[in-house]
Amino acid sequence: MNLRKIVHGTWMAFCVFLLVSPALFFFIWMLSLSLKYEIDNGAYPPILIPERIAWKNYAGVFESNNFLLYFKNSIIVTGGATLLALMVGVPAGYGIARMRATKSAMVIMIARMTPGLSFLIPLFLLFQWLGLLGTLVPQILIHLVVTVPIVIWIMISYFETTPLELEEAAMIDGATRWQVFRNVALPIAKPGIVVAFILSVIFSWNNFVFGIVLASRETRTLPVAVYNMLSFEQVSWGPLAAAALIVTLPVLILTIVAQRQIIAGLTAGAVKGG
Amino acid sequence: MTAVSTPAVPASEEEARPHKGGHLKPSYWPFVLPALLVVGAVILFPWVFTIWMSLNEWRVGSDTSFVGLANYIRLATDMRFLESLWHTILYTVLSVVAPLILGTAAALAFNTKLPFRGLLRGIFVMPMMATPVAIALVWTMMFHPQLGVLNYLLSLVGIPPQAWVFHPASVIPSLVLVETWQWTPLVMLIVLGGLAAIPQEPYESAQIDGANAWQKFRYITLPMISPFLMVAVIIRTIDALKSFDIIYAITQGGPGTASETINLYLYSVAFAYYDVGYGSAIAVVFFLLIILLSLVLLHLRQRAAWSSGDGK
Repeated sequence: MNLRKIVHGTWMAFCVFLLVSPALFFFIWMLSLSLKYEIDNGAYPPILIPERIAWKNYAGVFESNNFLLYFKNSIIVTGGATLLALMVGVPAGYGIARMRATKSAMVIMIARMTPGLSFLIPLFLLFQWLGLLGTLVPQILIHLVVTVPIVIWIMISYFETTPLELEEAAMIDGATRWQVFRNVALPIAKPGIVVAFILSVIFSWNNFVFGIVLASRETRTLPVAVYNMLSFEQVSWGPLAAAALIVTLPVLILTIVAQRQIIAGLTAGAVKGG
Repeated sequence: MTAVSTPAVPASEEEARPHKGGHLKPSYWPFVLPALLVVGAVILFPWVFTIWMSLNEWRVGSDTSFVGLANYIRLATDMRFLESLWHTILYTVLSVVAPLILGTAAALAFNTKLPFRGLLRGIFVMPMMATPVAIALVWTMMFHPQLGVLNYLLSLVGIPPQAWVFHPASVIPSLVLVETWQWTPLVMLIVLGGLAAIPQEPYESAQIDGANAWQKFRYITLPMISPFLMVAVIIRTIDALKSFDIIYAITQGGPGTASETINLYLYSVAFAYYDVGYGSAIAVVFFLLIILLSLVLLHLRQRAAWSSGDGK
């Protein structure tokens, strides 16, 4: 009986290792590529752990290509789009949940089904007319296409699960709707807001398609900047892998740290941007 | 609609739903208004404007003229569009089926008690959260016919080197490999949610009746998780149809136009040729295709949803 358990456990562990290995191998290989000199990256058979570590790949990324500027751009765009989405999306999620107008959230679902590119054509023309191209404003605004539905969707499903009794009690005591929201509903909803915040940040940070159309040389976000490295200089794998790793590292760290929230949010809303 | 009925963050069970009695008056419009304005500006306006543009001859930088349905008629005979439609269908079918099978298998594995389960699950989920362009660049290096690590790994098990994304015949399967690697975790999470909702009793009685593992899976697990599988199919279908970053960053639709999906073609028409009128027509048709497919799948789901209260 006990032996059977051990065999079973080992078998399951093996299965899971098998399942995890593609992800694990990929990110280890990514790290390896980013730490090798060109001669090691061009070697056959491939080398996993080089004798000499090419730290200069990372140093090079930060020194060249306005990388710090693009980092700042990414933070402004993601931060702006996420904060704006929370400001309008959290109250909206509350209102929709309390009005039980969940059907109206269909718009959000359909928005999620729409390809990002089809928002891009009209908004590109609009931003051109408004003379906003060349600033970060168009990108912050268009990222709302991604972040607002995520926030609203998650907040609706969260506010639907929070108790009404406290809110009713506060209403009887003469609080206005806004006060009820601000002082009763909002504090309880903090975990939901955290989930909405994290997912909004990740999908905005990762967004690529809006940037390739709307960004000029000075307003690139990191994904666009990294992609441009590919076409710009003679392609050397080490620096390119280093840049790719730096771009995605914040998201990977967030994934590990906030795994529980991310999984809860994804299975509740099954949202994905872009 | 496609929400799996697990609450976003666990709340205690008895509070899970607002009770029917205590109605609050429906004057919550001020809460919704700001979002409505934003949604109107960045979502509804683009929809309406896209339809309007699609009815015009409209190129960036020159005069526009109303042409009715001419753009749509042009689409019907545009070989490159029809070819991209076929690529999209092929890419989508493969990118739904492969993650669905692997994701379900992964969910069954993760549903057992494992050492380091949280950590393993975290690693497993990483591909879908990582920045698509960043991982696309690394995949491009791994696909390299001479220096790529994939051909080396194949050589270890005696398989001859492949051309991967560098040959028209293998480019779509290779891209699907990336898409599968990326999105199997999402299917896994959805199915895992379904598995968690299955009660123990059916398994216990099946055990008494002497059912084997496969029979238990086929006659208990599979019917119970089928609504969740349908959710996964719907989400995967929508996402695979819309897939852009991976394809654009790895092949840009090439070699030639061998991996050009509708989305990629749409991009070229609108932002390489600046033919936004025609591009809008493609966008409208593409959007209708997605909605149509979603409705068909939702209909199928309604028919499959005879178990587990999956309302929303």
